[in-house]
Amino acid sequence: MSQPKTMYEKVWDRHVVVPETAETPGVMYVDLHLVHEVTSPQAFSEIAARGLKVRRPDRTFATLDHSTPTLPAGPDGTLPYVTEQARKQVETLEANCARHGIELAGWGSDQRGVVHVMGPELGLTQPGMTVVCGDSHTATHGAFGALAFGIGTSEVGHVLATQCLLQRRAKAMRVTVDGRLRPGVSGKDVALAVIAAIGFGGGTGYVIEYAGEAVRALDMEGRMTLCNMSIEAGARAGMIAPDQTTVDWLRGRRHVPADYEAAAADWLSLASDPGAVFDKEVVLDGAAIRPMATWGTTPDAGAPVGAPVPQPRSASDQKAIDYMGFTAGEATTGHKVDVVFIGSCTNGRLPDLRAAADVLRGRKIQPGVRMLVVPGSEAVRRDAEAEGLDKVFTEAGAEWRIPGCSMCIAMNGDFVAPGQLAVSTSNRNFEGRQGKGARTILASPATAAASAVAGVLTDPRAYLEAPIHA
Amino acid sequence: MPEAFKVLTSKTLTLSQANIDTDQIIPARFLTTTSREGLGAQAFYDWRYEADGSPKPESVLNRIDPTEQRILLAGPNFACGSSREHAPWALLDYGFRAVISTEIADIFTSNALKNGFLPIVVDQTVWDDLAAHPEQSVTIDLEAGEIRRGNAPAVPFKVEAFARQCLLDGVDALGWLQSKLPYVASYERLRQDTYQPETA
Ligand code: SF4
Repeated sequence: MSQPKTMYEKVWDRHVVVPETAETPGVMYVDLHLVHEVTSPQAFSEIAARGLKVRRPDRTFATLDHSTPTLPAGPDGTLPYVTEQARKQVETLEANCARHGIELAGWGSDQRGVVHVMGPELGLTQPGMTVVCGDSHTATHGAFGALAFGIGTSEVGHVLATQCLLQRRAKAMRVTVDGRLRPGVSGKDVALAVIAAIGFGGGTGYVIEYAGEAVRALDMEGRMTLCNMSIEAGARAGMIAPDQTTVDWLRGRRHVPADYEAAAADWLSLASDPGAVFDKEVVLDGAAIRPMATWGTTPDAGAPVGAPVPQPRSASDQKAIDYMGFTAGEATTGHKVDVVFIGSCTNGRLPDLRAAADVLRGRKIQPGVRMLVVPGSEAVRRDAEAEGLDKVFTEAGAEWRIPGCSMCIAMNGDFVAPGQLAVSTSNRNFEGRQGKGARTILASPATAAASAVAGVLTDPRAYLEAPIHA
Repeated sequence: MPEAFKVLTSKTLTLSQANIDTDQIIPARFLTTTSREGLGAQAFYDWRYEADGSPKPESVLNRIDPTEQRILLAGPNFACGSSREHAPWALLDYGFRAVISTEIADIFTSNALKNGFLPIVVDQTVWDDLAAHPEQSVTIDLEAGEIRRGNAPAVPFKVEAFARQCLLDGVDALGWLQSKLPYVASYERLRQDTYQPETA
């Protein structure tokens, strides 16, 4: 009888090309390498300088998302890039993909999207795979039971040249969320509650497996939101065991295996064996989770909407509270909100937009609030428009943009102005993340939309319980 | 290929704040570059400069001589956040060669080591001791695996064995990986069904 294994070990074992020793890390095979314009140029130059080729262009897939404008081209067809350097970065990736025969979901492609939205949509991401990208939110793909994590640019070069990475096995943590989530509580709220429980950095050195009734009950998009934010607890990867929800979601997507039923049977065998041992276990009660929002400048500074800002435990906490313009002991629901951002690889998928639209339907956003809705991909944009969600947003007073990372990272010209307070569905509330001097509250799409309507941070459940039908 | 790293003796610069994330080390709006050179000018940009681009006189980073304070003593969970390798590139170009903290983010650690920038994790007592003696030079001896300060007892530290060897001997990680390509080829051929990882 062999030792019970965790899902992480099973996926790891399948990809060992050369095992690790005390002196050398293991050589791990990469099934899918996703590439975007920001973290790849120096990797392509490095392999070019060494006269190397891309070993497996067929296992490499690229998109344009970070530096790309979310406003359409002008009448002369010119895209409104924020700088010439941004344009050059995009053109560099286009040229690198053309030179190496890498498929690029570029301008004009109906598949383009934020890398972690696009990969699963196309069925590129599959259970049991190893997926890497020069991007820390690669953990998103772990929602499918893939081992997916972010790498640096040197490693992007390693994967381009060899399709492998030097890796040591991480420790395994299981986060179990028991019970049922209450209405109005989403995957984002679970993610913020989990990070608050583990702490920013509490997952460093671990791969997290999310389990429990509340996790099983999430749809694939909610699972992606949860895995997406694993890095905000310091964990490189988060994984959820493939089940019928996973199999049903992927069926029929462009890149899935031809013999789908055989593949699906294999995927269902990936779940951690009963009795598998984790290095650390964390348990949360799902029924106790409320709509969450952050009060500080790290993603673990989350608390239920309306809860008082805690007393600072350190100078860093105090600095964060000061930066946000809050006071310990007060609720953050009294501060005027300037900007609301709905989008990103955390919450830029169709159910996220639906959740925001359910709050906004028949309502107007508060005058003085700027609200940007940026679909995570062209596919999300198409589906949302087919349902008329774009109309719900624009009639409420929001801007409906073309897909990209946008205000999540604020490097394409979409940003929050100095001192402004934003409620954002993205994943990082670091100082200046959404623009120099920007103050960010992280929350779910429903909470962000409710906050746009009220003009202050607001629990969405009041709106959801009293929908207005126009 | 990174510069080899054997022994470094320098004064330290303390930035005691917890969770100094990669957006602080180099803000995202500078990531549209396609090169890895010259990012030191943008290291800690928003800590060093006002919105109008004038230097903040109160910022310690504007007051030190980066050639004399090459060791950063940073608060816990240093370099958390994104995978951008621009973070170690910027720190190196600014003048730092090493960071000492009680906790350092995973991806940053792996990126830093590939660029000859040494991330060192110590416990809180050691960190406090170093922070209490900013005027004294500290020696980081990678070969011996220890940190020395004046007459204080040497403090051992660990760096992943392969990364350490790469730094000491200038071994090229990509070159080493390429030497394993025959195994990669047989893995691709036999895949999960029959491939047995061999000890290389
Ligand atoms: S949406 Fe934000 S977190 Fe996601 S890939 Fe883009 S910049 Fe990174």
